[in-house]
Amino acid sequence: MAAVTPLLETRLLSRSFGGLRAVDAVDFSLESGEVRAIIGPNGAGKTTFVSLVCGRIAPTSGAIRFAGEDITTLPAHRRVRRGIAYTFQITSVYANLTAFDNVALAVQRRLLDTTGERPSPRALSTATMAALDRLGLADRADTIAGTLAYGHQRLLEVAMGLALKPRLLILDEPTQGLSDGEIDNFIGLVRDMARDSTVLLIEHNMPVVMALAGRITVFDAGRILAEGTPEAIRADRAVQEAYLGAAS
Amino acid sequence: MTGNDATGKAGAAGAAAKPRRRRARAAGRASAGRVVALHAGVIALLFALQFVLPAYHHGVLARIMVLAVFAMGYNLLFGYAGLLSLGHAMFFSAGLYGAGLSVYHLGWSVPAGFAAGVLAGLVLSALIGVLALRTTGVAFMIVTMMFAQVFYLTTLYFNVWTGGDQGIVLPQPSRVVTAFGSTFDLTDPTTRYLAALALFSLVLVATLALVRSPHGRVLVAIRENEQRTTMLGYDTFANKLAAVVASGAACAAAGAAYALLFGYVGSTFASVQYSILPLLWVLLGGAATTLGPLLGTLFMYYLIDISNDLLSAWVPDWNFSSIGVVGVALILLILFFPRGLLGTIRERWLPWLP
Repeated sequence: MAAVTPLLETRLLSRSFGGLRAVDAVDFSLESGEVRAIIGPNGAGKTTFVSLVCGRIAPTSGAIRFAGEDITTLPAHRRVRRGIAYTFQITSVYANLTAFDNVALAVQRRLLDTTGERPSPRALSTATMAALDRLGLADRADTIAGTLAYGHQRLLEVAMGLALKPRLLILDEPTQGLSDGEIDNFIGLVRDMARDSTVLLIEHNMPVVMALAGRITVFDAGRILAEGTPEAIRADRAVQEAYLGAAS
Repeated sequence: MTGNDATGKAGAAGAAAKPRRRRARAAGRASAGRVVALHAGVIALLFALQFVLPAYHHGVLARIMVLAVFAMGYNLLFGYAGLLSLGHAMFFSAGLYGAGLSVYHLGWSVPAGFAAGVLAGLVLSALIGVLALRTTGVAFMIVTMMFAQVFYLTTLYFNVWTGGDQGIVLPQPSRVVTAFGSTFDLTDPTTRYLAALALFSLVLVATLALVRSPHGRVLVAIRENEQRTTMLGYDTFANKLAAVVASGAACAAAGAAYALLFGYVGSTFASVQYSILPLLWVLLGGAATTLGPLLGTLFMYYLIDISNDLLSAWVPDWNFSSIGVVGVALILLILFFPRGLLGTIRERWLPWLP
């Protein structure tokens, strides 16, 4: 059987900041339909790596392929339109707009791309409310996003990513600052999302990682230290020393 | 925030049970109806005013409507897209000279001259936009201001054709339009008023349509959080460039109309003062409101006008500037209406205002 083209593939991907090699010759591959977690100590280059993938920063060298096509030099907004959605590590909603308008911006982008014409107000409203409803924010549609509770702002952020109906959804520390109850709810949500999208998750919360990830990639000092199933990673000596060992 | 409140409201309630959804849609429509009624009402009021205003105020209002078009053009970029330009005098005067010089030197007709003015603004704003949008924030202010200064100095340098700061007066015969078998003399106060009103209405309706459109929502999104907007798949540069060109074209249309309606073309209009004025008008009336620019222009114009009269009436020996009165009035306004007249009214009482 011929090898299936991975959804995302990086080859010798590097990014330096001055003398620091934040991401150092990373070969990474992600199959369609996976839920992959990226873990690693602070400063390991996780956020830099996903920023390279979604185009927020340009690589120093190396190549990125998405769905079989080279996207290394594609600007960020074009990558989003090809199906890579990124939710920010630091909550980045439109604080002065309503929750509805926040999500409508994402919905309107997708409707423009799929239908090729301006969405009607009704189509926009229906799709936006559906996205808000999915995250339990429907009754807050009219609230100014900046006045929402922190947990709800994070959910709104995810709703915006979700409304793009991406092929690859990158979640950068989505559970940071959430309560235990909210985290449980969130785990269910990601499982739900994983039915339509491939999910790439940066996460520090190990129970969340173990509950969600099919495979785990461990970053350390800009390189991939290990990769495997949660069980294999848990058993890996090098990982324990670099990361888990420090925690337990 | 903008004209999206109506849809937002309809959507909010739409999540609830079906009967409520229907009611909410009706509420959304009512809000849209209110908005249309308000704007139609303002245009109708301006139309009616020409029959009751004394000659002096009749003339002033025609001038204010043209300047309000300038302010509306500025507001598109500053209010909605959040880009503060200090160089819009060049777009206004591109229209002014584009129309004035082609009518005066080349003997073009009034419509051709107007088109030349708008085209000059389109080309100039596209060019300046491509260059200046490489910067943001304070740098954008400085770059636009420098380009405007270059434009200003250019009009002085070529004073053989532009008349420099003395300017050119367009003779009456060159300001007569022959169309549909009749002639319209733009030096006639009534014709001038109606022409100004027509341009004002057109730009007002276009602004309203734009800010309620998906494109308007994207401009506001860029103002609020540009990075996030990129990560939703929008080409923010292209959107900002479109805003600069739309803004430049509207300001050039105001400049072209000014030249043709009031018959004077001079480099004062390209000076930095005319880059600051639209900013003041928009801030006074309310940035990112459709009717704020008109209100701000009207307010500022009459503030200067009346404070002169008041001072000379109350202080008989006063022969200094009245600018101090204007300053005090502006400070009071900022204290009590920090978001401008309409911006503050919208925030406190009328959230549906676009």
